[in-house]
Amino acid sequence: MTEEIIISGFGGQGVLSMGKILAYSGLVQGQEVSWMPSYGPEQRGGTANVTVILSNQRISSPVLNTYDTAIVLNQPSLDKFEPLVKPGGTLIFDGNGLHRLPVRTDINLYQINATEYAYANNSSKTINMIILGGLLKIRPIVEIENVLKGLKKTLPPRHHHLLPLNEQAIHTGMDLIMPYAV
Amino acid sequence: MNVKDIINPANLVYEKTTVMNDTPMHYCPGCSHGVVHKLLGEIIQEMDIQDKTIGVAPVGCGVFAYKYLDIDWQQAAHGRAPAVATAIKRLLPDRYVFTYQGDGDLAAIGTAETIHACSRGENIVFIYINNGIYGMTGGQMAPTTLPGMKSTTSPKGRDEKLEGHSLDMSKLLMHLDGVCYVTRQSVHTVASVRKTKRAIRKAFEYSMMNKGASVVEIVSTCSSGWRMSPADSNTWMEEHMFPVYAMGDLKDIE
Amino acid sequence: MSRKSDEVTLMKGNEAIAHAAVRCGCDGYFGYPITPQSEILETLMEIEPWKTTGMVVLQAESEVASINMVYGAAGCGKKSMTTSSSPGVSLMQEGISYMAGAELPGVIVNVMRGGPGLGTIQPSQADYFQATKGGGHGDYRMPVLAPASVQEMADFTVLAFDLAFKYLTPAMILADGIIGQMMEKVVLPPFTPRRSEEEIRRECPWATLGKTQDRNPNYISSLELRSEEMEKINLRLQKRYREIEKNEVRYEEIQCEDADFIFVAFGTMARVCQKAVEIAREEGLKVGLIRPITLFPYPYNRIAELSEKVKGFISVEMSAGQMVEDVRLAVSGKVPVEFYGRMGGIVPSPEEVLNALKTKLL
Repeated sequence: MTEEIIISGFGGQGVLSMGKILAYSGLVQGQEVSWMPSYGPEQRGGTANVTVILSNQRISSPVLNTYDTAIVLNQPSLDKFEPLVKPGGTLIFDGNGLHRLPVRTDINLYQINATEYAYANNSSKTINMIILGGLLKIRPIVEIENVLKGLKKTLPPRHHHLLPLNEQAIHTGMDLIMPYAV
Repeated sequence: MNVKDIINPANLVYEKTTVMNDTPMHYCPGCSHGVVHKLLGEIIQEMDIQDKTIGVAPVGCGVFAYKYLDIDWQQAAHGRAPAVATAIKRLLPDRYVFTYQGDGDLAAIGTAETIHACSRGENIVFIYINNGIYGMTGGQMAPTTLPGMKSTTSPKGRDEKLEGHSLDMSKLLMHLDGVCYVTRQSVHTVASVRKTKRAIRKAFEYSMMNKGASVVEIVSTCSSGWRMSPADSNTWMEEHMFPVYAMGDLKDIE
Repeated sequence: MSRKSDEVTLMKGNEAIAHAAVRCGCDGYFGYPITPQSEILETLMEIEPWKTTGMVVLQAESEVASINMVYGAAGCGKKSMTTSSSPGVSLMQEGISYMAGAELPGVIVNVMRGGPGLGTIQPSQADYFQATKGGGHGDYRMPVLAPASVQEMADFTVLAFDLAFKYLTPAMILADGIIGQMMEKVVLPPFTPRRSEEEIRRECPWATLGKTQDRNPNYISSLELRSEEMEKINLRLQKRYREIEKNEVRYEEIQCEDADFIFVAFGTMARVCQKAVEIAREEGLKVGLIRPITLFPYPYNRIAELSEKVKGFISVEMSAGQMVEDVRLAVSGKVPVEFYGRMGGIVPSPEEVLNALKTKLL
């Protein structure tokens, strides 16, 4: 099994850390993992993305131009990565701020309004965990308990009291995500 | 009585420091380098730190300093002696580490390394030979060349409008917090040689007290580059160099 | 070396270098920030090795100062290193040449970015010529290692020091922005204590640690004005480079046994080509990959052997075509040698390089 994932959005949306948690979860599960961020000036406000690969075999290229799953959190990311999802693959998008929605019919489309939910519930810091929950609902590539172990590794100990909140966010995402029909 | 009767321990009034070897020096007659080398050798011997001293030689006339003083040396790229000395001292903090640099090395190409080593407060000693000219390459203009002074690249005399002003590194370095001691000396008279020796020894002692960087500038002659006899050079230095580069301590945090 | 699975961690290539340096008994790191490798200095400052192993870490005022600090530390027989990215490594060339001339061991890491000039911070492999043909002045070479994974970033830090001290030469790790920035699983090398001064005096009798009564003064220098003597030094260096060529060639082959066509690629591009090999094999194309691990010494002999039984090579690089010259030298006209590359920080995709192979060689 190999899962090639791109996660893309504005800097500050937690894109890179979402990828990192996913990678750590794979590590905890004993998988091969790679995490390749865009590291340009986009980290400081523009669009940032990260390629995460989880596999049972040695990973060859950490750089890809087609993906099994794309998670897009803003319009430029949707425009860039929708065409790069493999036929039969999955695209998950957050509807917040989008003025042009996905159009492909040969891939599985899912919408998750994590941003809207998080702001309504005063928990903007958990957007990425809500989305991760949504991903795991439809693509259960890692166990939730391993995600929590992964999260524990990425969070500094002083933030470990936030672990229950993040677990809650994962379950919220599982409830929020829904299929999107063109 | 023949010469062998005279050369015996009972008649000994002066002995060359054993830290300085007998390799014939390449320096020109009248050059200040030989005197400063001898002072370094004497101090190292008197402090009994031959096994604890590491010198960093420059590019310039002092490039061969390692041939004359029997201590461990590293020869640095042009201007980089302070960086080299920084690493040596950081890795061997119980060693005495000094750089030996001319004005081209310290005040032109190595200005950045000099200022930052000083600013970091590296516990090293800078022996800074300032003769206002590039000696090794044949008498070209240095940052320290005086206004109106002739060199092969300022043959009509240094024009400040065209070539900028003389750079007084000691005056600049004394303002840095990492520097504990800045002094300007010369070695053209017996008295000045004695004062310079005291200054270098103090700088060496400070370097082991973790007080920061010490700069001993020695205003020097360059008979060949200046196109003067050694005696005339000394007079010219007193008359022209000293008014710009005044003798004495500029900073001393005791 | 036994590697327990619980020692597996996930980290960036840059971080792996920092941790490996501390663990392999490095005495001094001197560096200056530049993207995409600043995490190395940042990681070292975070883990504060001076409190544990006593390793010195210093942010220098420039790359010029950094490499000369490495020179100073190496002159004392200490294990020292610096890291930078392309523009910074250009600034270090003088110091590297001096180290080669003075026969000083030390490690330089170049996490390459696109040039020329200030260029881009995105990955590149366009410093191949600079690294392998002697970027500084004079006749010198140095071992150049090309890691293709985070694990190799850690392993080659150890290996580069070993080679540097074995042959008394600077050694370079030539990585790129991808390898530096990506996170992968890594097993860090075991802790090796820093050498004591007695050990250094024994192993590096030339080191400037202070002249003791039992020996003559040591001096570190690359200067020798007498031509006959200077030529002797050059001959000694050249002899050593021939030894390195004889002993230290390293490469990896993937599915070359039955290959009709072979990719030649190093670092990140080798990973991309490996994926292209997988795709090609699914399509029934017999494609293989040879990945030079040492760029100096280069695996000329192995590529020459392979050229006897394949139909063609394609060198894939993030450059305008640099390593391809060495492939052509090895193949010596026996079969076609093509090139595909991207510049400016663009990383070609697996499909793209496979397509290039098909277009140019089929």
